[in-house]
Amino acid sequence: MNPYIPVLISLSFGLVLGGALSALAALLGPRKPSTVKSEPFECGVPMVTSANEKMSVKFYLTAILFILFDIETIFLYLWATAFPQLGWFGIVEILVFMLILVAGYIYVVRRGALEWD
Amino acid sequence: MGLTADEFTVQFISTLLKFSILAVILLQVPPIMVLVERRIPAFMQRRKGPNRVGLFGFRIYGVLQSLADTIKLIFKEEVVPTGAHKAFYHLAPVFAVFPALMIAMAIPYGPDIQVFGHTIPLSVVRVDVGFLFIFAISSLAVYGVTIAGWASNNKYALLGSLRASAQMISYEIPLGMSLIPIVLIYGSLDLNKIVEAQTHIWKWGIFLSPISFVLFLIAMFAETNRTPFDLSEAEGELVAGFHTEYNSTKFAAFFLGEYVSMFVLSCLASTVFLGGWQVPFFDVRSLDQLVGFTGVGAFVGFGSLFMKAAFFMWLYVWVRWTIPRFRYDQLMSLGWKFMIPLGLINVVVTALALAAVRFS
Repeated sequence: MNPYIPVLISLSFGLVLGGALSALAALLGPRKPSTVKSEPFECGVPMVTSANEKMSVKFYLTAILFILFDIETIFLYLWATAFPQLGWFGIVEILVFMLILVAGYIYVVRRGALEWD
Repeated sequence: MGLTADEFTVQFISTLLKFSILAVILLQVPPIMVLVERRIPAFMQRRKGPNRVGLFGFRIYGVLQSLADTIKLIFKEEVVPTGAHKAFYHLAPVFAVFPALMIAMAIPYGPDIQVFGHTIPLSVVRVDVGFLFIFAISSLAVYGVTIAGWASNNKYALLGSLRASAQMISYEIPLGMSLIPIVLIYGSLDLNKIVEAQTHIWKWGIFLSPISFVLFLIAMFAETNRTPFDLSEAEGELVAGFHTEYNSTKFAAFFLGEYVSMFVLSCLASTVFLGGWQVPFFDVRSLDQLVGFTGVGAFVGFGSLFMKAAFFMWLYVWVRWTIPRFRYDQLMSLGWKFMIPLGLINVVVTALALAAVRFS
């Protein structure tokens, strides 16, 4: 049997369960809407502006750095799987790769991209 | 009608069976944990905790508390905030639920069993890419948090979701790095092969790669947004974080997702570092022959894994009531400036040590 058939089964179950939980909220339970009740919760103070405002640029930066380092982690997985076959050659190659990566990492730290103040 | 069913039918039916059993078990985790998370702190703080709810006068230490909570949640009114982005608002709970359920299917819950000459693995999804599958799916959980906070049109929710998603993606890197030495040592991405390689207690991941274990443990707490890293729902500042505007069964969906992913990561930690379904100083698979009944070994193995996972679940609660919350900059610098360099060093040292032993 194709090993990805169970993946499909569990994916569809997860989606159905999640969708059911999401849909049941509207079906069961009472419905007595009012303007005040459906206001976004701001500790009782009336809402002044919409919530979708400017946010700190640090979050974008974190996301960009994440992509770089995550791809690098996946790269290490490929090397780790082929570790016995590659031998010392693979180790030297990965050390060179890591050297370049660490240079980038030091640059990121020196530029203060990881500082939260 | 003979018993000559072909391999595909047997595997398909057994997959459906295993899947249903596991789904039922997984859906029991959140109710049990909700109760445990109120009873254990109560014992730690010398209180009683919820012990009143019962049926027909039988209280049984309040075990029905979760049932009462669930019924209450189901029949609550749903309030969609004005200005919410409707489609995404309804979509977010789906993303909170399905990744955790899918990863749970990839964990080997016991040794293979032989039924009528067919080998049946005790994990629903058995793919040879193991870890990569788990990381690919677990990354999807970030979407639930991000979408929930953004679609709610609530400032607390938006702040909570920004914090939570930045934290989750940041700690995914150390989480991934901490498992590379394991792949190097056991030479496989397949979780089943990793468990089978941990035949003796000294071959467990925790002894062969202790730094990996520490990194994984910290990242595990951060990935599930649990204390001391629960910045996303720091209740003193952000009300309830990204699910502030969610109620009724949608809130239950977020709860379900959180507890199932806690359980799954506990199972993963036990599988990789504590020998999975192996029992110390004893081969579980020899039990079948010893007792003379197929499945005893698998049952004991499942119990073993479950005990280990239960330990981690208890650790979650223990840590929650012991360690205060981090500040956000402390959290980020722990992840980026301490765990990532340590993870890299760990990989290099493990690789060099293994090479010195194996390729000399």
